Amino acid sequence: MALRQCAIYGKGGIGKSTTTQNLVAAMAEAGKKVMIVGCDPKADSTRLILHSKAQTTIMHLAAEAGTVEDLELEDVLKVGYGDIKCVESGGPEPGVGCAGRGVITSINFLEEEGAYDEDLDFVFYDVLGDVVCGGFAMPIRENKAQEIYIVVSGEMMAMYAANNICKGIVKYANSGGVRLAGLICNSRETDREDELIEALASKLGTTMIHFVPRDNVVQRAEIRRMTVIEYDPKAGQADEYRQLAQKVIHNKNLVIPTPITMDELEDLLMEFGIMQEEDQSIIGQKAVDEVVATA
Amino acid sequence: MSQDVANIKPSYPLFRDADYKENLANKKSMFEECHPQDKIQEVFEWTTTKEYQELNFKREALTINPAKACQPLGAVLCALGFEKTLPYVHGSQGCVAYFRTYFNRHFKEPIACVSDSMTEDAAVFGGQKNMFAGLENAKALYKPEMIAVSTTCMAEVIGDDLNAFINNAKKDGRVENEFPTPFAHTPSFVGSHVTGWDNMFEGIARYFTLNYMGDKAVGKNGKLNIVPGFETYLGNFRVVKRMLKEMGVDYSMLSDPEEVLDTPADGQFRMYSGGTTLDEIRDAPNAMDTLFLQAWQSEKSQKFIRATWKHTAPNINIPMGLQWTDEFLMKVAEITGKPIPESLEKERGRLVDMITDSHAWLHGKKYALWGDPDFVKGMSKILLELGAEPTHILCNNANKRWKKEMEKMLKASPYGQNSEVHIGCDLWHMRSLVFTNKPDFMIGNSYGKFIQRDTITKGKEFEVPLIRIGFPIFDRHHLHRDTTLGYEGAMHILKTLVNEILSRLDEDTRGMGTTDYNYDLIR
Repeated sequence: MALRQCAIYGKGGIGKSTTTQNLVAAMAEAGKKVMIVGCDPKADSTRLILHSKAQTTIMHLAAEAGTVEDLELEDVLKVGYGDIKCVESGGPEPGVGCAGRGVITSINFLEEEGAYDEDLDFVFYDVLGDVVCGGFAMPIRENKAQEIYIVVSGEMMAMYAANNICKGIVKYANSGGVRLAGLICNSRETDREDELIEALASKLGTTMIHFVPRDNVVQRAEIRRMTVIEYDPKAGQADEYRQLAQKVIHNKNLVIPTPITMDELEDLLMEFGIMQEEDQSIIGQKAVDEVVATA
Repeated sequence: MSQDVANIKPSYPLFRDADYKENLANKKSMFEECHPQDKIQEVFEWTTTKEYQELNFKREALTINPAKACQPLGAVLCALGFEKTLPYVHGSQGCVAYFRTYFNRHFKEPIACVSDSMTEDAAVFGGQKNMFAGLENAKALYKPEMIAVSTTCMAEVIGDDLNAFINNAKKDGRVENEFPTPFAHTPSFVGSHVTGWDNMFEGIARYFTLNYMGDKAVGKNGKLNIVPGFETYLGNFRVVKRMLKEMGVDYSMLSDPEEVLDTPADGQFRMYSGGTTLDEIRDAPNAMDTLFLQAWQSEKSQKFIRATWKHTAPNINIPMGLQWTDEFLMKVAEITGKPIPESLEKERGRLVDMITDSHAWLHGKKYALWGDPDFVKGMSKILLELGAEPTHILCNNANKRWKKEMEKMLKASPYGQNSEVHIGCDLWHMRSLVFTNKPDFMIGNSYGKFIQRDTITKGKEFEVPLIRIGFPIFDRHHLHRDTTLGYEGAMHILKTLVNEILSRLDEDTRGMGTTDYNYDLIR
């Protein structure tokens, strides 16, 4: 089987890293050879696989050694649960430097050092929040991730971010082979969440590949720096991740997304009652005036 | 203060006139808040000590006179070696002005190279618009048959994706789809100019061959590919071609800027001249094999050519000096089946003769040298062959493997026992080294002249004269036309080295009635 490279995007805090690691653990359990490349300066994309606080990152080691050329692959590539290979690109402290460049440097390093070996079935890039600069689009450049999964929930900003990410994908899809492969709904237990995300998916030209329900076992596992698959393989939630894994493995639905306008998105949210119709008469009205108006 | 029209003086000697001296002294005392001369002298003396050297080598956050240039500079040179090719740098204008002037000053030739002039808005929104307009304009104005794109730091930091941008420009109709636009990412903050050359070459080889391997077969065209690497001696292109011609070997010189960097003044300006044809690079996978003359500096290209063209691309030593030229010619003979002709054997014999003639003078002379990895290795090899000692060897842009290999080579020679190899170091380190352990000469680029000035400032007996071999050479004319490769190059280097010794000796023995007992007519 040829190597498939997938990138996971989504709003910050939506559960990308947790979902990715549980998904990858389920894949490894099913016998797949997988590598995770964390593309986030927080470096929390591999902790559940490695049972560690945070893996030593490529950029951290490069900064210590003076240059990335002095690093060896085995310094940065750790193997965890299910023989999953783990790498964290890392990056600067908040407020300084350029994390995007860190991602570029790290992925170039992995390529040059032959981290993408022929035995691998999947590589997953866990990418920080929105695609804010060229560096964070590195995983979806030519010859890298061809499949993009967006983690989303029924909250407005999560959906807004998903739509924005689709806009980014379109830019790259037109010149290369990168495609949207589906939305993963990481439930926040909002009303009619599954229907809403399915509706959003169909507007974006894709599908909701799986609905991952909310379950506290994920947090219990996380406290122990483990995935649910490893912590409690019999849990119902583990089966959810297994289903997600199977769906990703057999996914053939790769599309160029059709991002929607802000108005269309708002219409959708109103249709599901998440947003109310704007009352044009109150815009720009101060509290004092409001009292007068109602009096 | 005024100049005389009939006798206009340049800054020197003008500033030595009494009125200027007074004026400058006043400026210094009134405005410069300079330390007193004895304090300056004290600090200067301190910077020449062993104690300072130890501190100097602990330096972490500062580079002084780096002994290397940046990636896109190399990429531009590589692109100049292809027929009717315009080097195009995606990034800011100032960088490209620097590449052009750097080559202007070395080659004394105009250099065609454009930028797409990224400014503040491009830094925020990405440089795709610049690429669109840049490709369209560059093609319309300068009518190249290929545009080779590299990048500056700015484009790299914001993560511009060249592949996507160029493809989008083509989709948008800015240049035709079939118009050749190879590209290479060349962040200046990684590696050096030799890395950039390597990246650009790999980019060009990839562009023209990766998707066209179907009808290719090793050996089909009966030729031998030669990849020069970052090479600035025009004589080196000429000597390699001559040797191959004498052997009757059909070759392709892949990246050959010999003509464009040496156009004649016959009243006609040539923006493009000579160079590797695009058909040659397309056909290159059909050759019997590919020889990289500077293998240490060509790792990425070598890897690509081995994997895609299925050439062995053997690791040969740079053909500098006697033994490594022998090895090169024997390798060519082995690959092509063509014997080494008598003419080259004769040439070799002449070199051996010259070595024995000058041996007495060169024996045991100590040299400090710096430059790019392959050049420095080849130069060290020549010195060892001549019985001279390369005592301080410095290469900013070489890796640890290179250092190990160098140390192995030096250890195996009686003349390499006192040699030290420094990587990642700059010319300020070199300055310390030549003060604390004085060699007879330095071999390197023009930047070494400041070390020579500093050494003579300490005293004539501390002076280390600079022999200009390397890149860039800004302050002497036409040295870039010389040859350093092959037997011919070894002869040239030998001639240069021994005559520097003799003219130095003349200088020291010219003292009438003091040292002129050794001011000999015959040396």
